[in-house]
Amino acid sequence: MDLTLSDEQRMLRESADRFVTETYDADHRKRSANDPLGFSAGIWKQFADLGWLALPISEEHGGLGGGAIEIGILMEAFGRGLVSEPYLSTAVIGAALISECGSEAQKQALLPRIADGSLFLAFAHSERQARFDLADVRTTAKKTPDGWRLDGHKTAVLDGNAAGQIIVSARVDDGRLGLFLVPHGASGLTSRDFPRLGGGRACNLDLRDVRVPTDALLGDGSDALPAIEAVVDRAMAALGAEAVGIMQTLLDQTLEYTKIRKQFGKPLSANQVIRHRLADMAMQCDEARSMALRAALMADAEPVARGRAASGAKAKIGKCARYVAEQSVQLHGAMGVTEELDIGSYFKRLLAFDTLFGGSAHHYRRYAALGGRAIQA
Amino acid sequence: MDLTFNAEERAFEQEVREFIAANLTPEIKRATALTPSVFSDPDIGMAWQRALHKKGWGAPGWPVDHGGPDWTPAQRWIFEAESARAGVPNVNVMGVKMVGPVIIGFGSPEQKNYYLPKILSGEDYWCQGYSEPGSGSDLSSLKTRAVRDGDDYIINGTKIWTTHAHHANRMFALVRTNDTERQQDGISFILIDMKSPGITTRPILTIGGDHEVNQVFFDDVRVPVANRVGEEGKGWTYGKYLLEFERGSGIASAKLRDALKTVSDLAESEATGRAIDDPDIAVRMSEIEVDIDTLEMTELRVLSALQTGQNPGAVSSLLKLRVSEIRQAVTRLGVEVIGNDGLYVEPIRPLYRLNEEPGIPEELLPVVPEYLNSRAYTIFGGSSEIQREIVAKMVLGL
Repeated sequence: MDLTLSDEQRMLRESADRFVTETYDADHRKRSANDPLGFSAGIWKQFADLGWLALPISEEHGGLGGGAIEIGILMEAFGRGLVSEPYLSTAVIGAALISECGSEAQKQALLPRIADGSLFLAFAHSERQARFDLADVRTTAKKTPDGWRLDGHKTAVLDGNAAGQIIVSARVDDGRLGLFLVPHGASGLTSRDFPRLGGGRACNLDLRDVRVPTDALLGDGSDALPAIEAVVDRAMAALGAEAVGIMQTLLDQTLEYTKIRKQFGKPLSANQVIRHRLADMAMQCDEARSMALRAALMADAEPVARGRAASGAKAKIGKCARYVAEQSVQLHGAMGVTEELDIGSYFKRLLAFDTLFGGSAHHYRRYAALGGRAIQA
Repeated sequence: MDLTFNAEERAFEQEVREFIAANLTPEIKRATALTPSVFSDPDIGMAWQRALHKKGWGAPGWPVDHGGPDWTPAQRWIFEAESARAGVPNVNVMGVKMVGPVIIGFGSPEQKNYYLPKILSGEDYWCQGYSEPGSGSDLSSLKTRAVRDGDDYIINGTKIWTTHAHHANRMFALVRTNDTERQQDGISFILIDMKSPGITTRPILTIGGDHEVNQVFFDDVRVPVANRVGEEGKGWTYGKYLLEFERGSGIASAKLRDALKTVSDLAESEATGRAIDDPDIAVRMSEIEVDIDTLEMTELRVLSALQTGQNPGAVSSLLKLRVSEIRQAVTRLGVEVIGNDGLYVEPIRPLYRLNEEPGIPEELLPVVPEYLNSRAYTIFGGSSEIQREIVAKMVLGL
């Protein structure tokens, strides 16, 4: 039992904090928002140089072999700066899907390119009818003489516009889920790209008679659902850490503002109703921190414990995030609802966090279902 | 980082389990389950204290030269978690966890030699004399006065909400020894023999039907000056030290999980018509369980900080707030789970010594009294409003 950071982890945190503080501000975010990519290719190169893209990849494939704790350290810093580079899509989800499902040849071909920054990935899984049920996939993959034919629709494909390869989930003839590498601009692939709530971009995909070769299927074709669940659990742990960074920033800024802003001849923070609100916000930030850490520590546990930790974290952090975000706007008064302050940007990123992979109600249900209802005492 | 315990700690866990299995009788276990309050009756609690003492585990938080077991923070965690899981009774916390650490920290050698062994053995039973009718949250305005008369103080005044004063043979109290400009500076910490002439105790029944708290009156009560702990006028400092222990004794998640497990078992039983099949109840159960996961993780973060010699600081206020709110959420859900059986009132106490069979299944008896009793959690030991002030001041620097 030891929850203290190692020296390497402390150094990672320091360098991530420094980089984010020096690089990201409101002007930077405006530039990214107007960029067709939704982020800066130059910064992605710096991520590669800093070793952050190699971090989650195993050492045998040219990576640094970092785990969920290291990813969480980066994501928390990214939250503080509202970083819009597609770290989650490429380095967390994409790299993990290839590591979990890919053949050795696929890993050798793709993972080093993630590490050196030359390959962007996106995960096309969600479908409209599924809401947040990971097992509900209607997109089909039919075997053809020279490969596969994909048909279906995908929604909320994060960073799909920038991806060189999109990992598309589809139901194979025998009912199993397969993951297919579909290159950017493939014939029959229509993408509707849009700016994403809270920063970055996403797209909806339409696949009509998309033909890919036999080796576009990741791995040997065994059912990909368990791997998808594992990777999404890890993604939720990472997003939880990012939410912690966002919430902490909102708390810090709101605290500062209530000390400076004077009404009735005294600072807002001299009023007990405000002080207690801030105390509650601080408490919920700390609770979110506990749950993000817990989900990261359980990221490689057996599936039920891992799933409960991830869903518990997503549900709880979502609840805390709504409180901290809404009260931050409230305590900034009318300024809080304007585009003139950063508060709104952080607020919207937390709203997006709450939606991604399902909200609190969905995850309380999953937590209960995985527990078989009996309390795990 | 690592969330698991090492082999040595696992072996210790096994030792604790074996100790509990060998010593926790079915009678004590049943009495504890049927006690609506966290405070076990002395006959139950002290039987457990004696068993712990015999094993050398009578005071887990004390230094080894005063009879503590010299446990690491992880061992204390394991001990508390296993104890909660098994449903052991609470010992006299006012002795072991409150006055004990103050005597160890600030008492004279004579006081240490006299009082500490009697706490360990269970010979002494302590109560806490802090609140007064006019001094609740504003504790430092207290008026119970101790006037010097030769080698004695003469004490006049009254204390209230005194848990188990009717069982206790000793009280530790904050009394006013001086009128000072800053009211905190005139307070002293004093140890009182409850059999002293001039002390009377009035029971106060609480809404759950339990006699747990009292009002205690002092009418020219003589207490030797030698019973003062530390310096005159420094009582506030010692008292605050103790309150931090009271709030953040650190390990509550295991107890709360055990309490939720009890509610969950009831919800899955035919006695409640399988309340768990109500999806709203099932989701609320999950919400509370996730809150307990969160609390447990925060407690582990504190534990980890303690292990590396860091001070967890004002986190004790934060924990006290959440522990009390979760306790109330658990007991409230319990009331909902038992449905109509919650209308049944059993006035006789203790519930584990009823002469006649109750009108509802026995295991449902403490549910409503527990909820009613739990309303006090956000009030005692510094109300939630006071805790939020402490968080605002100490954590946020407001």
